[in-house]
Amino acid sequence: MPELYIVRNSPIHRLDARLKVIFTLAFILSLSLTPFRAWAAYILFLTITLSIALLSRLDMVTLFKRALLALPFALAALPLIFSTALPHSLWINLSGFQVSISPEGTARFASIALKAWISVQAAILLAATTRFPDLLAALQRLKVPAVFIAISGLMWRYLFVISDEVSRSLRARSSRSGAASASLHTGGSLFWRARVTGGMAGSLFLRSIERSDRVYAAMLSRGYTGELPTGDAMPFSRTERGILVLGILLLILLWLLAILSGG
Amino acid sequence: MHPIIEINHLSYTYPDGKQALRDICLSVMPGEKIALVGANGAGKSTLLLHLNGIFSGNGSIQIQGLDVHKKNLGQIRALVGVVFQNPDDQLFSPTVFEDVAYGPIYQGLDKAAVQARVLQALDRVHMGAYAERNPYHLSEGEKKRIAIATVLSMQPQILVFDEPTAGLDPRARREFIELLHELPQTMLIATHDLRLAETLTPRMIVMNQGEIKADGSSSQILADEDLLFENGLS
Amino acid sequence: MLLSSNPMHIPDGFLSVLVSLGMWLISAVIIGIALRKTKDELGEREVPLMGVLAAAIFAGQMLNFSVAGGTSGHLLGAAIATILVGPWAAILVMTSVISVQALLFQDGGILALGANLFNMAIVGVFVSYAVYNLLLRLFKKQPWGIFAAGFAAAWASIFIASLACALQLALSGTSPANITVPTMGAIHALIGSGEGLITTGALFFLLATRKDLLKLGEASPTSNKSILIGGSLIGLTLVVLSPLASTHPDGLEWVAEQNGFIEHAKAAAYTLIPDYAIPGITNPALATIAAGILGGVIVFAVAYGIARAEKRTAQQESLQE
Repeated sequence: MPELYIVRNSPIHRLDARLKVIFTLAFILSLSLTPFRAWAAYILFLTITLSIALLSRLDMVTLFKRALLALPFALAALPLIFSTALPHSLWINLSGFQVSISPEGTARFASIALKAWISVQAAILLAATTRFPDLLAALQRLKVPAVFIAISGLMWRYLFVISDEVSRSLRARSSRSGAASASLHTGGSLFWRARVTGGMAGSLFLRSIERSDRVYAAMLSRGYTGELPTGDAMPFSRTERGILVLGILLLILLWLLAILSGG
Repeated sequence: MHPIIEINHLSYTYPDGKQALRDICLSVMPGEKIALVGANGAGKSTLLLHLNGIFSGNGSIQIQGLDVHKKNLGQIRALVGVVFQNPDDQLFSPTVFEDVAYGPIYQGLDKAAVQARVLQALDRVHMGAYAERNPYHLSEGEKKRIAIATVLSMQPQILVFDEPTAGLDPRARREFIELLHELPQTMLIATHDLRLAETLTPRMIVMNQGEIKADGSSSQILADEDLLFENGLS
Repeated sequence: MLLSSNPMHIPDGFLSVLVSLGMWLISAVIIGIALRKTKDELGEREVPLMGVLAAAIFAGQMLNFSVAGGTSGHLLGAAIATILVGPWAAILVMTSVISVQALLFQDGGILALGANLFNMAIVGVFVSYAVYNLLLRLFKKQPWGIFAAGFAAAWASIFIASLACALQLALSGTSPANITVPTMGAIHALIGSGEGLITTGALFFLLATRKDLLKLGEASPTSNKSILIGGSLIGLTLVVLSPLASTHPDGLEWVAEQNGFIEHAKAAAYTLIPDYAIPGITNPALATIAAGILGGVIVFAVAYGIARAEKRTAQQESLQE
């Protein structure tokens, strides 16, 4: 599993998880609400993620690079560059073929890619500065249904155990994936390989369902009746409220700036 | 006679920085049966998984003269059969036959050859009648035998075991050790079961914190109380 | 795109706010219904079963088989989940998996989560259910019937979910339907086969071991009619709407106008639905070629993404002892 939570002792790490969740959501929302070509605003949004990274004592270059992984999807927006429906399209002659390049379309493409890249940074920062159980508790206090919190908690608990099982199965499989002699075509048929993998999946799910029976029995033995903890309603402290309000105000300001400068 | 396994100055560090193996040098002759003992975390499993290229560290490993290197992995994996600790992780097909057939099918053998290999392997582990059974329903001891068969069907020269007797009741354990006696392959067995070492493997290697602390006759090492104690074996 | 290697997790920034919020609303309602239904059915077994199964599906997405070159096929799991625990519980399981993937692994955006949940957890599950049940009834006399049904259900879950994804991108103005629909459709028709094969393999194994665990082991006369109809409707709608959208890209804008969206949006300081961009190249032959090249680039990017995720999984594997 790739590292998510990065252990640091920083002011951001110490912040109440609810604050971080709300702010991250507000950040991504306000960024999404900005129009195209609001370059100044985008830079300011980027400054926010950079500042938070700084405050969290996280490495910015790693942040930027990880966020790039969201970008292959950006190719879906590539056609914008070639649009003729948008104003001011240029026609370019490429060895006899006429292709239209739209500066407007390119600007839109760039806007989409930038916004996506920055949004992912916000999500990465949230994950890197918040322990998963704290995140779950925060979500519960923010009124996410208790069932999901309980299910996600168990999933988290067993995710690594089961991933290890999968790793071992895959390893056992590669250990038996050998070659007899150079002349034979190895690997079996694609169909066969897929079926074997299906068998592994079936075996995995079966064992997991049985494991869940054992977990259920253990829960029952410790008094579980199906009732789920509702979580304590902890009100925000004054400083926390203050930080949140300031943060949201900042985002609204950036959004206004974006509307005025872009579009 | 040339060594069938030759390990020279093997070191391996995990990505998280922990050093698992330090300067391992080891030479194994064909037909030898060797017990690899050590406390948990000594590096036994890590060492074994270098033999078929699952891990690759610094230093050199040769199996039957072949370098354990990416380009040779196909052949290496046919030469070295690894039997993992938990048979459930190895048995992933709906029938015993299909599980044992995986190796030969992958190697590209034709149907008749696969059939022959499977039946032969099952016979070796005395599970000939189990071909159509579902591995899921078998006992732990039966599963372990099938796990060996899944590897035998590739006709390896070397068998590597990771904690083979863990979880077996006394009778299953006895029968399992008898089976290992019968098999002719060179064997490297990582185990806590010192009595298995006594009865099965003339040679013993003691590992501690990634290093080989002792390499010699099993009876001698087992008689050395201090050595065993120092290395977490008693 | 990171861990699941399934190019259907839409990141943030690609869907318009209107589409994102709309999808969130729809998903929230349906998931709410699923919560109630599952609670009624499972009682206190619900949490441990869903939790561990979610972990299994999450981990199961690591399972791969090599297709060609460096690429490999992976699993989404919606169909298997549906067959194992029924549609409503499957929705909950997939919701947990996809949400955690988005929140923690940035596999899919947070604002876009509503849409991703809709595509994979809801459409994926409903369509699997409908196809599986319908085909089971059709082929119930055949011994291979259950495998055909499983394959088709798994394939359809991926393919039709991808159509929904393509249409969401089109509606947001990020990418025109006449590119996204064929490209997403084609890629996922392929990926869907992988899902189908793995699902069939899993079914094969499960039938031989614990047949009793398959909730949808046989076509039951009391199968949930509403989901059957819902799933079929969604599937059919998407399949019909998609080619329509791709040949009449103006059609979607026309529809939007008719429903007053544009007027409504213009009331805001800026348009919420950006102008519909059409990659028109006057020469129609050129248009197809360009579309093909773009499609090819997208396919390459997908393969690259898959390969990279593969490499990461392989690196994780070698980390385990």
